[in-house]
Amino acid sequence: MSTGEKKSLVRISVSAALLIVCALLPVRGVWHFLCFLVPYGIIGWRVLWKAARNIAHGQVFDENFLMALATVGALAIGQYPEAVFVMLFYEVGELFEKIAVGKSRASISALMDIRPDYANLERGGQLEKVDPDEVAVGGVIVVKPGEKVPIDGVVLEGASSLNTMALTGESLPRDVAPGDAVISGCVNLSGLLRVRTTKTFGESTVAKILDLVENSAANKAKTENYITRFAAWYTPVVVIGAVLLALVPPLFVGGWAKWIGRALTFLVISCPCALVISVPLSFFGGIGGASRRGILIKGANYLEALANTDTVVFDKTGTLTKGTFQVTAVHPEAVSERELLELAALAECYSSHPISVSLKKAYAEEIDRSRLGKIEELSGHGIRASVDGKNVLVGNQKLMDAEHIAYKPCELTGTIVHVAQEGVYMGHIVISDEVKDDAAETIRALKAEGVRRTVMLTGDRREVGEAVAKQLGLDEFRAELLPADKVACVEELLNGERTGKLAFVGDGINDAPVLSRADIGIAMGALGSDAAIEAADVVLMDDKPSKIALAIRISRRTLRIVKENIAFALAVKFLVLILGALGLANMWEAVFADVGVMVLAVLNATRALHIAEK
Amino acid sequence: MKKTYRLEDLDCANCAAKMEAAVAKLDGVKSCSVSYMTQKMVVETESDDQTELMRQVQKLCRRIEPDCVIRV
Repeated sequence: MSTGEKKSLVRISVSAALLIVCALLPVRGVWHFLCFLVPYGIIGWRVLWKAARNIAHGQVFDENFLMALATVGALAIGQYPEAVFVMLFYEVGELFEKIAVGKSRASISALMDIRPDYANLERGGQLEKVDPDEVAVGGVIVVKPGEKVPIDGVVLEGASSLNTMALTGESLPRDVAPGDAVISGCVNLSGLLRVRTTKTFGESTVAKILDLVENSAANKAKTENYITRFAAWYTPVVVIGAVLLALVPPLFVGGWAKWIGRALTFLVISCPCALVISVPLSFFGGIGGASRRGILIKGANYLEALANTDTVVFDKTGTLTKGTFQVTAVHPEAVSERELLELAALAECYSSHPISVSLKKAYAEEIDRSRLGKIEELSGHGIRASVDGKNVLVGNQKLMDAEHIAYKPCELTGTIVHVAQEGVYMGHIVISDEVKDDAAETIRALKAEGVRRTVMLTGDRREVGEAVAKQLGLDEFRAELLPADKVACVEELLNGERTGKLAFVGDGINDAPVLSRADIGIAMGALGSDAAIEAADVVLMDDKPSKIALAIRISRRTLRIVKENIAFALAVKFLVLILGALGLANMWEAVFADVGVMVLAVLNATRALHIAEK
Repeated sequence: MKKTYRLEDLDCANCAAKMEAAVAKLDGVKSCSVSYMTQKMVVETESDDQTELMRQVQKLCRRIEPDCVIRV
């Protein structure tokens, strides 16, 4: 608690105690009134003073004025305990609100505690602690265990594991060795690292993320704007209602004090505080909770749009698939699978082509290069190599055709590598891009969240696209697209029949135009790609598609909390207004309801920050 | 130009909304956003110099919420 909050608590306790004493004192008449003025003054002077000051500034319908008017009115008609209680309870509510908002702010700033305070710069053989801003590109810095990597760079020396928790929400550390890129904001866990910086601090990942988070509050959700506009007319309307209630009925039926009492009940309930505070608090919590899980949302407006998503369009490579090649099937003829792989791996062992790399990876054993003779690379066809003195051909259909070898076509999709030895067909190996582990799960989770349509776009061949779409359970796919076609595809989907928003998911590297064209652009694998951070509305720090479903789940939950708060606050306010007008609710109940609604709404809003594991 | 200012002692969400609406109406202001949660004001203007404008903004906000200070 801050000192202001403590003072406020003391004032509340003292005046509450005095209120009880006053209620028990056996005094009557003017002494009775003067007694109650003491706790009233202690708790209410600030509100009264602010009300007077704000009226002098032309601010009439502010909450201080309303509370002042309601309580002074209560004093005037002899309802002394009511006046003190209303003021007291109002202050309790204010105090609670401040504490809750402060807590929420603190937990989010703790979450975003990734700003490095210093960098250990090597200068003339000495280590110097400097401001990260002072380190130039190409400077050599040292990151000790337990320190944050202050600036993006490349490891020169040392090996360690890095904790990316603060950035991605993943607890699994990432191992780095010399030559690997390191990203600012990660925490060095074990070894000393010497790093050559590749960016300035301002251009580093950590600065970009902080910038994004800081600015996200400026993009407000439509709901929030509605509520602010609603609040702007709600208060005057209720106040006018109170004036009418105090003046009109007594003209016909008399009983001024009774009607003025009812009008004061109106004034107590006329503060829009609960609504105005709970909506941004919920969105703030939702965005904060998402960023804790490695999902950065650039504003409440995007969070709101995300909750209304009914179409999700994916880019294939790098988004749903890993973008790396892997041996997915081995179909030998006359030899064993191992022998076929061994032949292919041997022949391809000097090549660094992704296909060769995947063959070597699948073989997984040390390659005995002494078995190899002459190797000839046949561009666009494959490789001719001499293995154990035998003539081996490894390559595509064209190679087999050129060498007049009868090969078997394969029913599987992917890149087919045929192998022949001494002019005899030995079989083929299928290599394809691997689908990400959580991709199928993501599509299912999206469906469960109510996404109606999932579409995959790819520049790949039709068969490959179809196979992946089928494997993952996607509704539609468009294949053989050029980068420009992807924009056209998204535009067509945008113009088509739909009830919600369209989200496009890409890796953010070469799909910036598509990301900006979609209602919501989601870039993934942003760790280390600042282009993605800039182009997208929602940024996933790692490359797990399951985070998309999580993002939608968080946004829906946040929106639900917002709606609950609005409905609940309005319902209680209108109920109290009606009961108050009929004389069924008094000032005690009104202030109790008003502050109660505020407290519940604020508590409900802080729920948005906490996202349960699923 | 878009610039962010820090707000101190902004104690009420409704005042934040009022400030936002009032500043947005000032001449030369393209957009304004006041966040109660982050205690920040973002002002977007046509011109690159906001010093004169911010004097007006400060005066305006002092009328709405006298306790709140805008750090320029």
